[in-house]
Amino acid sequence: MTAIAVIAPRPKSRFLLDRPELVGPLFIAPAILYVFVLVALPFFLAIYYSVSAFTIFDPSYRFVGLKNFIDVIDSDIFRRTLINTFVFTIGAQIIGLLLGKFAAMLLMQEFPGRGLARALVVLPWAVPVSLATLAWLWMFDSLYSVINWTLVAIGLMDPAHRWQWLGQQDLAMIAVTVVHAWRLFPFGVVIFIAGFTSVPKDVLDAATVDGAGFWRRNYQIILPIIAPIIMIAVIFGTVFTFTDLSVVYLLTKGGPINGTHVLGSLAFQVGILSGDVAHGAAICLFLFPFLLVAVIFLLRALRRREI
Amino acid sequence: MTRLARKIARESSFYAAVITLVTFAAFPFYWMLITTFKTEGDLYNLRSNPYWFNAAPTLEHLRYLFEDTLFVQWLWNTALIGVCVVAITLAVAVPAGYSLARTPGRSGENLGIGIFLTYLVPPTLLFLPLSRLVSDFGLQDSLWSLVVVYPTFTIPFCTWLLMGFFKSVPREIEEAAIVDGCTVLGAFVKTVLPLSVPAILTVIIFAFTLTMQEFVYALTFISSSDEKPVTLGVATDLIRGDIFYWGELMGAALIASVPVAIAYNLFLDRFISGITGGAVK
Amino acid sequence: MAAVATHEIRKKFGDVVAVDGISLEARDGEFMVLLGPSGCGKTTLLRIIAGLEKPTSGQVLIDGQVVNDMPPRGRGIAMVFQSYGLYPHLTVWNNIAFPLRTQGTARPEIKRKVEWAAGLLGIGHLAQRRPRELSGGERQRVALARALVRDPTVFLLDEPLSNLDAKLRASARSELKQFQRTVRTATIYVTHDQVEAMGMGDRIAVIDHGKLRQVGTPTEIYEHPADEFVASFLGTPPMNLIEREGGSMGFRPENFLPKELLNGTAVVEFPFRVDRVEYLGSEHILYGALDGRAAKREVTAKLPAHATLNGISPGAWHAFAVRETELRYFDRDGRNTQRPLTRRYPP
Repeated sequence: MTAIAVIAPRPKSRFLLDRPELVGPLFIAPAILYVFVLVALPFFLAIYYSVSAFTIFDPSYRFVGLKNFIDVIDSDIFRRTLINTFVFTIGAQIIGLLLGKFAAMLLMQEFPGRGLARALVVLPWAVPVSLATLAWLWMFDSLYSVINWTLVAIGLMDPAHRWQWLGQQDLAMIAVTVVHAWRLFPFGVVIFIAGFTSVPKDVLDAATVDGAGFWRRNYQIILPIIAPIIMIAVIFGTVFTFTDLSVVYLLTKGGPINGTHVLGSLAFQVGILSGDVAHGAAICLFLFPFLLVAVIFLLRALRRREI
Repeated sequence: MTRLARKIARESSFYAAVITLVTFAAFPFYWMLITTFKTEGDLYNLRSNPYWFNAAPTLEHLRYLFEDTLFVQWLWNTALIGVCVVAITLAVAVPAGYSLARTPGRSGENLGIGIFLTYLVPPTLLFLPLSRLVSDFGLQDSLWSLVVVYPTFTIPFCTWLLMGFFKSVPREIEEAAIVDGCTVLGAFVKTVLPLSVPAILTVIIFAFTLTMQEFVYALTFISSSDEKPVTLGVATDLIRGDIFYWGELMGAALIASVPVAIAYNLFLDRFISGITGGAVK
Repeated sequence: MAAVATHEIRKKFGDVVAVDGISLEARDGEFMVLLGPSGCGKTTLLRIIAGLEKPTSGQVLIDGQVVNDMPPRGRGIAMVFQSYGLYPHLTVWNNIAFPLRTQGTARPEIKRKVEWAAGLLGIGHLAQRRPRELSGGERQRVALARALVRDPTVFLLDEPLSNLDAKLRASARSELKQFQRTVRTATIYVTHDQVEAMGMGDRIAVIDHGKLRQVGTPTEIYEHPADEFVASFLGTPPMNLIEREGGSMGFRPENFLPKELLNGTAVVEFPFRVDRVEYLGSEHILYGALDGRAAKREVTAKLPAHATLNGISPGAWHAFAVRETELRYFDRDGRNTQRPLTRRYPP
């Protein structure tokens, strides 16, 4: 005869926190709420504004359909801006990531001072955008540019005709691209090093035993294996550059004569400085299709990351 | 002899490449450093060699920066914003990351990726409508607008980081605590959290550095000088009319950059691991 | 002529000596096992033979030629790694074809060889799969096929069975041995598992702390261990080692039986107190102590299942004995010595 223990009935609320079905969603609710209110909502608001004629001088909502988009596309400045955005992005990725890969291979060798070198190489990416850009602004100064001084001293530049890095269209394009590439390349270095070191040693040894030399090992074995990681880096880098506002705004303010604007800085100039929220929002929305493509690629790369 | 010569050639080109790259990366910081301490006369002199001091270094710029500008106020603003944003981020991301890590099946993973993706939504897309929202809520021109908005990019990334971390904590530990009498919440607090100190530390550092780096929202929402965080104040207020106070500018930039640079260097590996979704350990 | 030979190989990593002067050779068609505990240097030695590490001193010879300065691909070796090292982004077919491609082999020849290797290992049907879709056993066969396709002078295998689960290991063991018998290529096989070594090796090289302790056939090593280390490393449970003057004396548990079972032959008696008995189905293991003799661990006796345990109960003393011919003697340094003149008791 076994005695059956009698358990005193407990109030239901005691077990509330014991139920994963409740605790789970409860824990995640604030995050979802935040993201919804401050990301999703503004996004829809942007669409809302872009089909209105909202300005801060006349903040009434009047539906104008796709008029703003047509206005924007018709503008020469906008066309130039769109081209610039792509040029800077692609240019900076190519330079930045190539440099990054090259630097990664160098920094993986053992040599005295490697730790210091690595710390210094990371600086451009680590430091706040605005502060780093200010340094470059000073370096590109119309009168006192250290770059110009050096070129004059070497004899490659005529002191009477100094290059106006930020005042001439072509030079300004180069300057912006260089600053972007400079900011991007440490990111590339770190990602490449991380990728290289993630390849299992056995696979590398097998390739050596199988007769693969340095180049074949790199391009036929290592690169395909770390491709998903590199993809993720490229996507992030591209998005950072494409959606940039700070570098262009601080370096050239979009000049000379609106020649170096990117979508972000143009939207700022139109939407905030000039108060034309509607057209500003329309410009912003041109970022969206590009982001969608990036997200799709990122998702694919994330799914493939466990090879 | 040719063997030795080849070895020397290889080594010297290796070091040359390293030095070139490091110079490319670090030169602007050297430039910041030296500009901060050069006298005005030395700075704005076309004839002198800019790479080194031609007159004795001076602390004048730094003095001016600290005494005659709002630099200290900006630093304080940034610190305040940082602390608040970190607090909000932790309060939201820790439970969210844990919940996602323990949700069975793919839905947890998918929701986690979904939240992570919002990190890709740039400030440049949202700043315009957000500026309307901010002024509608009366937070225009106040640093509290930033405290409210910044978590939109710290939360996604930190949730993702923490989700990856919590997944690696074995469930048995919590199950043992539950068997010992804890509620689900209690088990989490008593067993998982103490183990999570390194991950939480990482989150704190990242949230803080992401906050410190931000520029677009600050530029958009704030115009009063004494509400500005340091990245904004330095870029806008140290210019009177068309005159750039380069000595002060570079000094401020340098001082504000140092803590972020140190933090990044220490936590680089974790950041990369987070961004690649744990593909790289 | 030996297929592979090493001559006084020494390897130091900083101050740590991983391999301490090992010379051995593997003959054509021979299955040579490098056996030893973790960290003893056997894998390092294998990698030196492969050319993945450079020895601090000493020479590696393949087919009679010194190959110290040759990279792995020039040595005529093929290697299977512990985790197989399959290229994760290539199909099985391309994995096997890879070493042929690096040699610049012509396409039709590649096709022929890959199909032959895949056929020999029974993985032809997996040709288009990727490594992550394969089971452990299948991956191992792909690794073997990839090694086979190079037609090497010697196969180097680094603990290839350790990643398989226990059940699979036994069948994989016999398949591997079968495979080697078929291709008749000299093979050097590294393992820490003495059962694998005994089951597969034509000869076994026992290595400890970077030194070669003994080389010989399984019988030689088991029956006549060169020192105490080899004696205790092989055999489960390990050989009983009893202290005696001038060194120690050893006998294997399966030779330590109740006196009644050893009738006739010259034996040495040991009173044995049984402390506990383990019934393992196929045998009994008895743990206990000897009268007045110090031993390194519990003395064990292994009785076959059908031997009756009548009268053997825990706590009591029994007369156990060992055939004189089964006794081994070791000196103070642990090395095997000749038996002293026969004396009945105590030896």
